[in-house]
Amino acid sequence: MSQLQPAFGLTKRSATTGALPSAKAETPVAKLIDVSKCIGCKACQVACMEWNDLRQDIEENVGVYDNPHDLSPNTWTLMRFAEYENSERGQFEWLIRKDGCMHCQDPGCLKACPAPGAIVQYSNGIVDFISANCIGCGYCVKGCPFNIPRISSADNKAYKCTLCSDRVAVGQGPACAKACPTKAITFGTKDDMKKLAAERVADLKDRGWSKAGLYDPPGVQGTHVMYVLHHLDKPALYAGLPENPRISPLVEIWKGAGKYAGLALLGITAAFGVVHHLLAGANRVTEEDEENAEKLRGGGA
Amino acid sequence: MSEHNSGEPHMQVPRYSGSARVNHWIVAISFVLLMISGLALFHPSLYWLTGLFGGGATARWLHPWLGVVLVVGFLGLFLRFFTANLPETTDWVWLARLRHVLAGREEYLPEVGKYNAGQKFVFWSQAILVAVMFVTGIGLWPAGLAYVEELLGFKATIDQRRMAAVLHASAAVLTIAIWIIHVYAAIWVRGTISAMTRGSVTGGWAWRHHRKWLRKEIGKEPSGPQPAE
Repeated sequence: MSQLQPAFGLTKRSATTGALPSAKAETPVAKLIDVSKCIGCKACQVACMEWNDLRQDIEENVGVYDNPHDLSPNTWTLMRFAEYENSERGQFEWLIRKDGCMHCQDPGCLKACPAPGAIVQYSNGIVDFISANCIGCGYCVKGCPFNIPRISSADNKAYKCTLCSDRVAVGQGPACAKACPTKAITFGTKDDMKKLAAERVADLKDRGWSKAGLYDPPGVQGTHVMYVLHHLDKPALYAGLPENPRISPLVEIWKGAGKYAGLALLGITAAFGVVHHLLAGANRVTEEDEENAEKLRGGGA
Repeated sequence: MSEHNSGEPHMQVPRYSGSARVNHWIVAISFVLLMISGLALFHPSLYWLTGLFGGGATARWLHPWLGVVLVVGFLGLFLRFFTANLPETTDWVWLARLRHVLAGREEYLPEVGKYNAGQKFVFWSQAILVAVMFVTGIGLWPAGLAYVEELLGFKATIDQRRMAAVLHASAAVLTIAIWIIHVYAAIWVRGTISAMTRGSVTGGWAWRHHRKWLRKEIGKEPSGPQPAE
């Protein structure tokens, strides 16, 4: 959750039935991360820590550039360094991907969340965690197709990148985009970012990256954080970026039809009891039963 | 077995010891609390139930610990009663005549021991569902899962944890449906509830519903009817 809650209209709100109050639709925004331009300087990580006032505990160096080792409640974005031996071009490549929340148009975290209003999607597409409503259940972790949310052991609440929703609300771009020295991270309307990406992809193709392309996965109805990749055909090269991310069918069953089927079964069972009692009446012990028991005892003595 | 000559005219047959009743009510209370806190997270329209626990975060925190209480308690009930719940051939006759059971026509049913086939069904299905919910519940409990992973030296995959959520919710729905049947049967068959409150039932109740058990209990008596109190 960001420090200041922005006053955007909502398009989605977790665990909420019925219609949301209508609000002015904001223009969809997006952050474009051009992996081909990234030099791995981690300025974005530092900017994120600074703006969101996050301090990750110092960890042990295990001989990789990834630092810290993983996303955490205090690390909302992380440069993941992957080494790739490109046999086609006969060269070694550093594939450095800035990992963090992808801000899916169809967010699995929001779908899984049982706490009303703990996860919202603003009309500009940003998916935000509202910590005051979060109950720390960890369902968002199971809903996410990108393995992003982390539960804090300090306050038992879920945390992830907010796309600097508080900065966006006052006309600023995300802190990471502002800090990036090579303009590998840019921010704007989703349409503008797609146009920019198309130019970049054309340029990369010109330079021989025939499989270059924009990662805006349709399985989650597109994302509000997009990547320009030199190897769009092999997203897994980029530290395991999923090829076709979507909300797991297990989560869909759990949070979709399963709920209604479950409640219906309970309702039918309870209704059966009521109807049965109305029709059959109470099953009472008769005086004759009592006498028979007495006789049995008398005889059995 | 004792007969009260004043006030309570009917013969009383002891059915559950004090410790069995305490054991039952520990399971019953933890079950109800688990059901309320679980249903609160099952559907948004029931989220208000978390208010009974002091909010969503508390309900979520309490739920797995209540589960531990239930599992320990249920294990006690299981060990006490599983021999009396082993299937017998008369169970199939009883089940085949289920429509007489539902109509309350005991005269068409075979003589039943301590438990009838319906009660045995509740016993075994709840035993299986409690086991399923215990295992899958750990998968949904971050602190518990971390402990078990450390203990057993494995790491649950995200799909296993998603599957745990689906199975946990499915088993919970079934267990609540069976609980409704259990509670309804205790209400419908009048004279049953005293077995779990006072520990005894009337002779007539035992004659009507569990005659084979009554014969056995009477056979246990050393020398015929015992004096009251």
